[in-house]
Amino acid sequence: MSRRVRMILLVVGLLGAVTVLAVGVSGLPAFGGHHHPYRDLAVAASLRHATANVVSAVNFDQRALDTFGEETILVASVAGVAALLRPVRRERRRRRPDVPVMDSTRLLTAVFFPVTLLIGIDVVAHGAITPGGGFQGGVVLATGIHLLYVGGRYRLLERMRPLPLFEITEAAGLVIFIAIGAAGLAVAGHVFTNILPQGQLGRLISSGTVVLLSGAVGMAVVSSVVILLAGFLDQALALEEVPDTDQDSDGAEEAAR
Amino acid sequence: MTAVLGYYPYAVAGAIVLLGLVGIAISRDLVHAVVCLSVCQSGTYVFLLAVGFQYGGVAPIFGSTVHRGTPVVDPVVQALSLTDIVVSAAVTSMLLALVIQIAKRRGTVDPDELRSLKG
Amino acid sequence: MPGDETAERLLPLLVIIPIFAAAVLIAVGQRLPGRLVGAVTLIVVGLVGVGDTAALIITWHRRIVSWLGGWRPGRGGSGVGIAFQADQLSAGLILLAAGLMIVALAFSWHYFQTPGSHFHALMLFFLAGMTGFALAGDIFTMFVFFELMGVAAYALTGLKVEDPSAVQGAINFGIVNSVAAYLSLIGIGMVYARTGELNLAELSRSLAGDHSPFVVIAFVLLCIGFLVKAAVVPFHFWLDDAHAVAPTPVCVLFSGVMVELGLYGVLRVYQVGFADTAVADGIGRLLLVLGIATAAVGAVMCLLQRHLKRLLAYSTIAHMGMFLVALSTGDPESLAGIMLFVLGHAAVKGALFLCAGILLDRFGSIDEFTLWGAGRRLRGWDGIGVRSIFGLAALGLAGLPPFAAGLGKSLAETAMSEAGAGWGPAFMIIVSALTGGAVLRVWLRVVVGAGSEPEGIEAEGMSGDEEQMEVDVGEDIPNRMIISAGVLVAIGCGLGLVPSMSAGVTAAAARFLDTHGYVAAVLHGRIGYPRAAAPAPPGWDLRGLLLSGLTVAAACAVAALAVLRPRLPGGQRPSRVVRTPVRLLRRMHSGRVGDYVVWLLIGVGVTAAMLAPG
Repeated sequence: MSRRVRMILLVVGLLGAVTVLAVGVSGLPAFGGHHHPYRDLAVAASLRHATANVVSAVNFDQRALDTFGEETILVASVAGVAALLRPVRRERRRRRPDVPVMDSTRLLTAVFFPVTLLIGIDVVAHGAITPGGGFQGGVVLATGIHLLYVGGRYRLLERMRPLPLFEITEAAGLVIFIAIGAAGLAVAGHVFTNILPQGQLGRLISSGTVVLLSGAVGMAVVSSVVILLAGFLDQALALEEVPDTDQDSDGAEEAAR
Repeated sequence: MTAVLGYYPYAVAGAIVLLGLVGIAISRDLVHAVVCLSVCQSGTYVFLLAVGFQYGGVAPIFGSTVHRGTPVVDPVVQALSLTDIVVSAAVTSMLLALVIQIAKRRGTVDPDELRSLKG
Repeated sequence: MPGDETAERLLPLLVIIPIFAAAVLIAVGQRLPGRLVGAVTLIVVGLVGVGDTAALIITWHRRIVSWLGGWRPGRGGSGVGIAFQADQLSAGLILLAAGLMIVALAFSWHYFQTPGSHFHALMLFFLAGMTGFALAGDIFTMFVFFELMGVAAYALTGLKVEDPSAVQGAINFGIVNSVAAYLSLIGIGMVYARTGELNLAELSRSLAGDHSPFVVIAFVLLCIGFLVKAAVVPFHFWLDDAHAVAPTPVCVLFSGVMVELGLYGVLRVYQVGFADTAVADGIGRLLLVLGIATAAVGAVMCLLQRHLKRLLAYSTIAHMGMFLVALSTGDPESLAGIMLFVLGHAAVKGALFLCAGILLDRFGSIDEFTLWGAGRRLRGWDGIGVRSIFGLAALGLAGLPPFAAGLGKSLAETAMSEAGAGWGPAFMIIVSALTGGAVLRVWLRVVVGAGSEPEGIEAEGMSGDEEQMEVDVGEDIPNRMIISAGVLVAIGCGLGLVPSMSAGVTAAAARFLDTHGYVAAVLHGRIGYPRAAAPAPPGWDLRGLLLSGLTVAAACAVAALAVLRPRLPGGQRPSRVVRTPVRLLRRMHSGRVGDYVVWLLIGVGVTAAMLAPG
């Protein structure tokens, strides 16, 4: 399609889409209203299981299957990226020297590296009682580890994230989630049932399996993000194409003549 | 005025989604197209969170300040948005991996120059 | 009774077991020998298949409803949990998925063992996504498993990373399907905002009697994802790109069950959630118009292809069009016929893809012209096997009795004429003849070497010479490849011979359309079926045999005409009347993802307009 035809069709399509969305939105209740029936049910159920963070209760207790599916999507996409970015025949690894960065950057990353890791662990561990949870904390942890890259220490980063270990912890996160779900099946007859004692609202030991599932998800998310970033950084920094040796020698001959 | 305010957040969400789609349609660079897809998806978070908001509601974390009777915003849409964000991250990373491979095989990421799949 | 509970408790395991196996394979699969990984995957899929068979047997007598986590709905019928529901149709679909995957894995045994390709883990994730999607009783859960299917599918499509068109096809697939999924998410948000519920059965009660335009818009947006997955015009452009480049076993799954699951999604959401709303007034019209457009585009583009996999992909699109047209009448017999047609189509289309894969690996090309006469060069039992399987599958696709595809087609035709759409049988015969004729034309050229070197308008299509071999088989084609294709053809034929088949699908269709029964089962636990009223229709009857024979004869005529056309007077150059629109249609399939998104936007507007009241 030529550019002009495409633009015309795009305008037509947009007009249709805008009309569709406008009619749809006009049938919605006004923004900020009081009527949220599912919220009332979810809050009541969350308080029954002594989980202070209702979002975590919905994620890991009431709609645990959706979270399981979402964690699976993440693990599957990491496997997919690994498959798609696998080195093909004509590529090899190379060693790049560490890029020089400013001293202030080095200082800041050195200070924030342990702080970020601690914050990440805190967000994961307290997912049931404060805002946060496995996903959020996992991302904080993973990007915290990559502060080393920002600070210019790519080789130290490579040493600190042994990829085979992270592949195992990623699979382990998913397997532990399944194991807890299966334990629910064995004990109470339904997968993903909250079978542990739920304790008191607001205490560290509360909400039953929500904390454990949050931890499993955190483990999987850290590993997934680290592996993903490792794959992309490798592509950008470490893999290069092997030049055709025949061509090189021909070129040298030509130049010598 | 109140009527307009009542639907303004939804209109913003719809606009973000459509902007993302327009970006993909006229894109000259596949990385740009994938990022526009990500923008399109951000519109869905805005939409979901707008659906769940309540004036006067606080965050749904119960504790010393928030008691049983305190009005809270809808936690269910927040959980849905969280799922949505993770799905987006997964899909975006996969699509970017594909773009990298296209760049390496073809030397270009301009959709107009990638013509091997004609009907 | 204690035994009743077991099925409910174990149903989610059909999704969890493949994911568990895939996780283990990701962790340790690189260190294990390839044969072990392949064997483990086959065993796991076999286990899931056994579970699906058990579910199918149980659902013959009652539904299976499983509330995860024990979160049952309260007294008011509203709950916070997620439900899984299995009836005959969904159990049949997940069994189809597992069965096709077993054949695909057997075909690809001991190849794709390049380190790091994660082929088996991705296939297991794909199976889990399809199973979860078919069983889900909650619109957001459907979205999550839809995305899981998608993520695994994008990776599997682009798996041949050294092939430039493979990764391009995968990204077209990925971007279009993701856009559609996000539009579906907006639809989910709208439905949630209006009703406060995500469970399909609860939505059925909340939306009942709603005749506002809002409900129509929400349905359209919600189903955009499923319509794109089902490759309905104008959302179909990604399908031929993906099929052209995906590995052969993956194509078998795409055409056999993934596309059909998109159609299932639309039907399920409509039937349970929206059957009693304003959508019901326009849904017949929508399915009819979209179906005719899809079948027309599919059939014409199918005839114009020289790349075998693209030809088969367009044939799938044409068949989806036929399914939609037959379903537009809305009666149970049509649905029953289409269910059987889907099963039969999956079997023969799978066999055709496997044959195409065998030809690619043996000769290094998948182009109809380059492969001209190649079938004669296959020697011995290999040659006999490939030639006859290809031919039988092509005839089965055209509707030869007793293939299940033909039986399903004739049941659907009978239902359409009885529902008052007298032109229905003629339509289905024409479309089947065109697509079957295209495949038979390939058989005549490739296997028999009939006619002369082809040229002309067909030569303008995408060439199949640049496809890379998936596994280098040399002169001796591995037996497992031929046997897998043969098994699929045998199943496609055998299903049409099973006496209780048409009775079974008719009952399954009636139960699928029973919204009240679904809601009572999911919300109140009344899982039994009401007594069946109508008598079972016969299997093959005289009218069905005659029409199927007519279709096959027409398909053979189309193939012969195509092959012999250069020899006929005036056959060298088709007239301008034919050439210009055909070129225009071909130019629309440009391979550029921006164009596909433009068509998607137009499609949203068109779909909404067709469903609008009045």
